[in-house]
Amino acid sequence: MNGPPILSAIIFAPFAGALLLALVPRARPAAVRAVALAASLSTLALALACAGSFDRGAAGYQLVERHAWISSLNVHYYLGLDGLSLVLILLTGIVAPAGLAVSWSQARDPRLFSLLFLAAQGSALGVFLALDFFHWFLFWELSLVPTFFLIKLWGGAGASRAAYQFVIYTLAGSAFLLLGFAAIFAATGSLDFAALGRLGASGELSARLASLGGFWPEAVFLGVLAGFAVKVPLYPFHTWLPAAYAEAPTGVSMFLTGVMSKMGVYGFLRILWPLFPAALHAAAGPLLWLALGGVVFGAFAATRQDDLKRMVAYSSLNHVSYCLMALFAVVSPAGPSAPAATAALSGAILQMFNHGLSASALFLCIGVLESRAGGRRGLGDFGGVRSAAPIFAGLCGIAMFSSLGLPGLNGFVGEFLIFRGVFGLAPWAAAVGCLGLLGTALFLLTFWQRVFHGPRAGAAAGEFRDLAGPNFVVLGALVALMFLFGLLPGLLTGIYNPLVTAWVGGLPTP
Amino acid sequence: MSLLPWTFLLSLLGAGAALAAGRHSAAAARRVALGTVLASWAVVVAAAFRFTPAPRLQTLVDLAWIPALGVRFHLAVDGISLTLLMLTGIAATAGVLFSWNIEERTGEFFAFYLTLIAGVYGVFLSADAFLFFVFYELAIVPKYFLIAIWGSTNREYGAMKLVLYSFAGSALVLAGLLWAYAAGGGHGFGFEDLAAAAAGFTRGQQIGMFALVFFGFAVLAGLFPFHTWAPTGHVAAPTAASMLLAGVVMKLGAYGCLRVAMPLFPAGLDFWQPLVAWLAVIGIVYAGLVALVQDDCKFVIGYSSVSHMGFVMLGLAAANLRSVAGAVLQMFSHGVIAGLLFAVVGRMVYDRTHTRKLAELRLLPLARLLPFAAVVFVLAGLASMGLPGFSGFPAELSILIGAWQAAPLWAAVAALGVLVAAAFTLRVVVATFFGPATPGGEAAPLPAPLPPITWPERAGALLLLGATVVVGLKPDLLLNWIVPSLHSPLLQAALKGGTP
Repeated sequence: MNGPPILSAIIFAPFAGALLLALVPRARPAAVRAVALAASLSTLALALACAGSFDRGAAGYQLVERHAWISSLNVHYYLGLDGLSLVLILLTGIVAPAGLAVSWSQARDPRLFSLLFLAAQGSALGVFLALDFFHWFLFWELSLVPTFFLIKLWGGAGASRAAYQFVIYTLAGSAFLLLGFAAIFAATGSLDFAALGRLGASGELSARLASLGGFWPEAVFLGVLAGFAVKVPLYPFHTWLPAAYAEAPTGVSMFLTGVMSKMGVYGFLRILWPLFPAALHAAAGPLLWLALGGVVFGAFAATRQDDLKRMVAYSSLNHVSYCLMALFAVVSPAGPSAPAATAALSGAILQMFNHGLSASALFLCIGVLESRAGGRRGLGDFGGVRSAAPIFAGLCGIAMFSSLGLPGLNGFVGEFLIFRGVFGLAPWAAAVGCLGLLGTALFLLTFWQRVFHGPRAGAAAGEFRDLAGPNFVVLGALVALMFLFGLLPGLLTGIYNPLVTAWVGGLPTP
Repeated sequence: MSLLPWTFLLSLLGAGAALAAGRHSAAAARRVALGTVLASWAVVVAAAFRFTPAPRLQTLVDLAWIPALGVRFHLAVDGISLTLLMLTGIAATAGVLFSWNIEERTGEFFAFYLTLIAGVYGVFLSADAFLFFVFYELAIVPKYFLIAIWGSTNREYGAMKLVLYSFAGSALVLAGLLWAYAAGGGHGFGFEDLAAAAAGFTRGQQIGMFALVFFGFAVLAGLFPFHTWAPTGHVAAPTAASMLLAGVVMKLGAYGCLRVAMPLFPAGLDFWQPLVAWLAVIGIVYAGLVALVQDDCKFVIGYSSVSHMGFVMLGLAAANLRSVAGAVLQMFSHGVIAGLLFAVVGRMVYDRTHTRKLAELRLLPLARLLPFAAVVFVLAGLASMGLPGFSGFPAELSILIGAWQAAPLWAAVAALGVLVAAAFTLRVVVATFFGPATPGGEAAPLPAPLPPITWPERAGALLLLGATVVVGLKPDLLLNWIVPSLHSPLLQAALKGGTP
């Protein structure tokens, strides 16, 4: 309660930067960049400061800020940090400045672009830190506005349609979410996630909703589920994803996949699961199939793509579905084994972070290829890039292998933990999920061979500059982090271990 | 507190002064009008500072007027009326600012405008049904002239339709009130007298009276299927009149439903509740879908008003503390937001481009020609979509919670309306300002520059935007007035349970 309001500072730093940008003259792009990058990076510095003072032995919320806000709706200004949110604000602090830094080569109005980007970053941080539905939903919805304009105004040829599809689809999910919480408030008089979580754990919440009778209690659960399922996305609610990720400009694609897809997974872990443990348990069977559908379909759809960006977009669907697969496998048995559940949940959180790094790195690589090839980014538009641009090829290869889950790189640890856990909980699901690993290997190796190997061809036939400038710095930093967290995953797991232990402790025992 | 009668007195005096000043010069008339609306708004603000929320109407003035009929000149205020007085002050000020470019018969324009404002202030202050009705009519007549003289598309048709609907609605209200007055023994038209008399009515009488009074008022509130006057009227009206029409005048109808029909005839409310609620949710979705396919952006906003007023009517129909508090908040919120939308479309865009067709606006790079208007329209659109951070969100959330308590299905269908609202708002915002001409960036040459946005437009837009953001972030500012008033004995008769 005491001490400086550091969580508020994390959220407001990007918004303050955006306001400041509005005052910087448009004609001074250097100043625009400096202000934007400083504001964006400041959240990383603040998040690291939080990580430094974070009590790694505790599972509860730390650095809590709670003030009365709207008395008649019992709404509080309520921020808090636990292991899950800390991992995600660190991720946001890394991916957002990275996305911003690689976006400046696009000439059109860098001021407005940076302003919108910072607003998106601030809203994502708000989502990860707010603990009252009203406060949280503010940021959840707000995040759509800048991303809509970033996709629509700076995206590719089909951007307008993609942006609409993305926003309308997500808003449809949000409308159900809003209705679900209206019902929850009508039943409990509270919008506080922690308090509702306690009601959910004791079964009080479902008992109160059950008094509605008919299909309504299930409808409330499904409404909240729909909101998150679209955002993640959970197969088959993913149809907005390939177009949005492919049409968005590179930096925005990095942010969408690195940070925004995590907002949905976060919603599952922070809100849906604690509030509706029984309903989620009941629905876990079909949901696990849907997650597996995302794993397998995402991977094999990626093998069928010619557009590299769509390929990585589908691979994102595959990777994020692993997180959901882990969660659904944990809640599906009546009494899961504790070590397996711990491994699966640890892996899911780690996978959120790792996928954020590797997918944004891959989108950056494709952005580089695209800019060198004058906007083309088909598999057949390149060849022999390795000999033309060895540094770029090396870094890009590492990012691919991280995405593939090669030991020693970060992606391995998360996927290994997930599979280890899921195997102990639902062996058949782990077996089906392995198909996804196979598909991932297929398309990434195809990508590697067709683009980087062979004789120089396509866009790489003529002059092809190697990586330099902000792209080099950003990709290099991301790759360094891949090694760091691949070799020392304890840096992250140490943050949230007590939280996962507490989660597993709350599960029904066999 | 006794300051408040000055709101309509000042407005009436200002109307006369504007007429006189208009003979001298248009600029003088404008200044008189702005001074008048600012002064009467200042009266509301001053009264708001002195206001202590209480579960009753707080009498300001109570004089005998027509003793033979028991009619009294009785003015009173509670948190609900104060909220709407505040809305009137804000909307009236913004309306004058957005009418700064009226050159034709300026004095008369502002005279009608201020008379309309006086009527609106009067309605929100009346505690006697007869007086209420007098002010209500005072507000309707100037609307006709504002539209018929200074309007645009189809103005005679729009004006006539609007006035005929309004008069038909008021005739129903009058019939219902006279019936109640006669059946109660003719003791008086004061709300409390009528309520006392109504307690002795049979259920059948209450059902009949409620139907007349409620649906009479609901015409003006734009309840489906009595809403058809609204889009044509809004489109035909000059900008400031559209702003007031959607922003304030539609609220008169909803206010009448809440202040007169619901507390006086609770048994009638009980009987008609499902029908009213269903009409409201159908209106929310239907008007939203119609807005989705309009090609004239003023029609889009006209239908969006009907959709948003559907939320108000749903909140009233659900008849519990939370839903009605949400409905009053939504009245304020929609008043501000609709005003803003009409101001951008009617004043900032149409007065410069002379088109409101989305197909034509699409081809203009308006976001680059009028960046200020683009930013305002985007923010107003977000507010209109009910995004959190703007006043529409707490209002619609309260209404949804209350409606869910009354009947989950109403809330579920209304939530669909939220989605439709997002779709049509996004469509109109993008088509108006971010058409295919925009993404070309600096590459495409700009067409001839449009006249720049003037200071009154900026001031008016900032005023309205500020109001929706402040209330969106701190809805307690208004809810702390509204909620205690809902505990008054009169309203408690109409409301059913639900904790505040």
